Amino acid sequence: MSIAQESGPPKVSLIYDPRIRSIAYQVVLCGVILFLAWSAVRNAAENLERAHISSGFGFWNQTAGFDISQTLIEYSAQAGTYGRAFWVGLLNTLLVAAIGIVLATIVGFLVGIARLSKNFLLAKLSAGYVETIRNVPLLLQLLFWYNAVLKALPDLRDSWSLWGSVYLNNRGFFAPYPIFGSGIGYVAAAFVVGVIGAIVYATWARRKQDRTGVQSPVALVALGLIVGLPVIAFFLAGMPATLEFPEKGRFNINGGLEILPELVALLIGLTLYTGAFIAEVVRAGIMAVSKGQTEAAGALGLRPGPTLKLVVIPQAMRVIIPPLTNQYLNLTKNSSLAVFVGYPDLVQIFTGTVLNQTGQAVEVVMITMAVYLSFSLITSLVMNWYNSRIALVER
Amino acid sequence: MSVATHDSMIGAPHGYVRAAPVEALPPPAATTGVLGWMRAHLFSSPANIALTVLSALLIIWVVPPIIEFAFTHAVWSGSDREACLPTDQRPEVGACWAFVRERFSYFIYGSYPIPERWRVDVFFAMLAIGIFWLLWLEAPRRDLGAVYFFVVVPIVSFVLLTGFEAIGLRRVDTSLWGGVLVTIVVSWVGIVFSLPVGILLALGRRSHMPAVKLFSVIFIEFVRGVPLITVLFMASVMLPLFVPDAYSPDKLLRALIGIAMFASAYMAEVVRAGLQAIPKGQYEGAMAVGLGYWQMMSLIVLPQALKVTVPNIVNTYIGLFKDTTLVVIVGIFDFLRTVEVSRIDPKWAAPTTSATGYVFAAIFYFIFCYSMARYAKSVEARLAKGDRR
Repeated sequence: MSIAQESGPPKVSLIYDPRIRSIAYQVVLCGVILFLAWSAVRNAAENLERAHISSGFGFWNQTAGFDISQTLIEYSAQAGTYGRAFWVGLLNTLLVAAIGIVLATIVGFLVGIARLSKNFLLAKLSAGYVETIRNVPLLLQLLFWYNAVLKALPDLRDSWSLWGSVYLNNRGFFAPYPIFGSGIGYVAAAFVVGVIGAIVYATWARRKQDRTGVQSPVALVALGLIVGLPVIAFFLAGMPATLEFPEKGRFNINGGLEILPELVALLIGLTLYTGAFIAEVVRAGIMAVSKGQTEAAGALGLRPGPTLKLVVIPQAMRVIIPPLTNQYLNLTKNSSLAVFVGYPDLVQIFTGTVLNQTGQAVEVVMITMAVYLSFSLITSLVMNWYNSRIALVER
Repeated sequence: MSVATHDSMIGAPHGYVRAAPVEALPPPAATTGVLGWMRAHLFSSPANIALTVLSALLIIWVVPPIIEFAFTHAVWSGSDREACLPTDQRPEVGACWAFVRERFSYFIYGSYPIPERWRVDVFFAMLAIGIFWLLWLEAPRRDLGAVYFFVVVPIVSFVLLTGFEAIGLRRVDTSLWGGVLVTIVVSWVGIVFSLPVGILLALGRRSHMPAVKLFSVIFIEFVRGVPLITVLFMASVMLPLFVPDAYSPDKLLRALIGIAMFASAYMAEVVRAGLQAIPKGQYEGAMAVGLGYWQMMSLIVLPQALKVTVPNIVNTYIGLFKDTTLVVIVGIFDFLRTVEVSRIDPKWAAPTTSATGYVFAAIFYFIFCYSMARYAKSVEARLAKGDRR
């Protein structure tokens, strides 16, 4: 055996050393990116100077001077600043996202379950809805609802009306609006007490079931506490709320709750579109629970109701919730299409009007992006926490 | 041991043993045929009957008006709005298809000069050949097809569509482009760029080099976290600031850059999911036979990873195709924009013009997206076949 005794690793040229190579690649990459960033900043400074556009966030406190058709907080063209306009837009975005998420969840769960129904007609109908909506661009749907449906509604004079208290015409949707008097605080307090009581009762009931196996009517008691207590408080406090009805005048409708047609169109479009995607998520989640689970539950003697509640839904939710949050996030991002139907959301007010008036593209676009980015970062943090909590414990 | 054969038992004293099995009774009428099917699928329980009735009512409420709108009350020919206005003889007017017919070439080409429109047709034909070559799984030389689709067609069509004076093709400014042409160009650029860039980003995100990984993660998460509209805004108002004035890109190019960035980030996540599905043994095996990083990726890992991601890649393309409608925001005349412009044209102002335009656009997008979805489904089924035992 005449194999030469080797001492230590063989000598290799430095350019074949993977560590050195990796460092070299990274230095080159960082260099290129730094160069690009530096030249971009230099060009931007040059271009801005030539166009006489100031930079920085000084515009935040300047008077905006434009009106906004829907404001959830105090705002006026004369007194409002660009900063105030930003908050108005942000709140409008959050409003449409919140309502849209609730409605799309309802539509999505109903359609998703309907698509799995044994009823042929219902299943095919749901499938048709999902396939049609998913394959047509959201923007087209929004434009359709706004321009072809809501703008084609009768005008004020021929408004559709329901019992003289709800109106629908091409200026929007008008409904009664509650006005609260003093003493509404008691009702709110009763509601809070009801919620806390329901949580305490549910905890107690679960402990009792763990100990003795005896079940308690949690849902009924919780409903009674959460709804019943505020109602009792409402009557005891002397009914401190009245409904303000919209009144139809010759030229406009006064009072009550006015919902802009832009908001209605946006909500219909977002709800139907996201609902179709949620339906697919729900369907996939339910189908992911294997048939053996249902059969095993049956073999243990569980009836169909408890099987669904205790076996199928908890497992399906594990599959459903991550893509569901993703859809919620998509809905929030898609609400930026509001700009196409003229609903005053963050993008329409801030990236549209404010950008046009100030010309400070970099700052305005960056702020808008930061808002949406923080939405998605917060969501993914929550999702990571949730996922680690519900992840299957494996060996 | 001898076994009595069947024949030997005939005539034997065991008269009660039958020589042939009894004919099976037909199943109860209520469980077979149309009736049985309806019982099982439509009327199995009171709740089911209620659902059937509700669904039937919904269909009766929705379908006849659609048919009336699209066919029986529709206007098929005419030269201006007069044809589509309701009159005393015809109080109900459905879809104004005459409007679509008259505007059809505008929907396809936008304002592209009429004598040059053959160039657009050639572009569509080249693209169709490439798509067919790549999608038809038994086609010869599909590797050449990929080169054709991702290299030849982009270069040739760029020359063809923008024009090249030296070979006698008049220059056509991109501001004249419009309609389906722009929709196809935008989505196709997104498709061609997003796949390679997305693969690089996905590899970068799984890289062991911290700087590469960091930049990939930042890019992907940043672009995925914001709406496409803001990316387009960024490309349209910020990009011109970041380059020297002389090189300021034109409007269409800005939108294309925005779309390509956006699509790449989404594609990166799709490819990453595919990479994660490849067992570690494949990487280790490749390294054990002495392959370098790029060889390992291009010969062993990516072919397997991309194969399982094809359905997701196609789904991303569907999303991208629908998202191209947003380029309107930066002033590009895509298909939807040409419909928007035409429907408010006073020449065709009639009650149903808007709805007609939108329905036509919806049919266009539906055909494209639905056929892509069907293709993804069929690939999925074909891949699943290999795993079935």
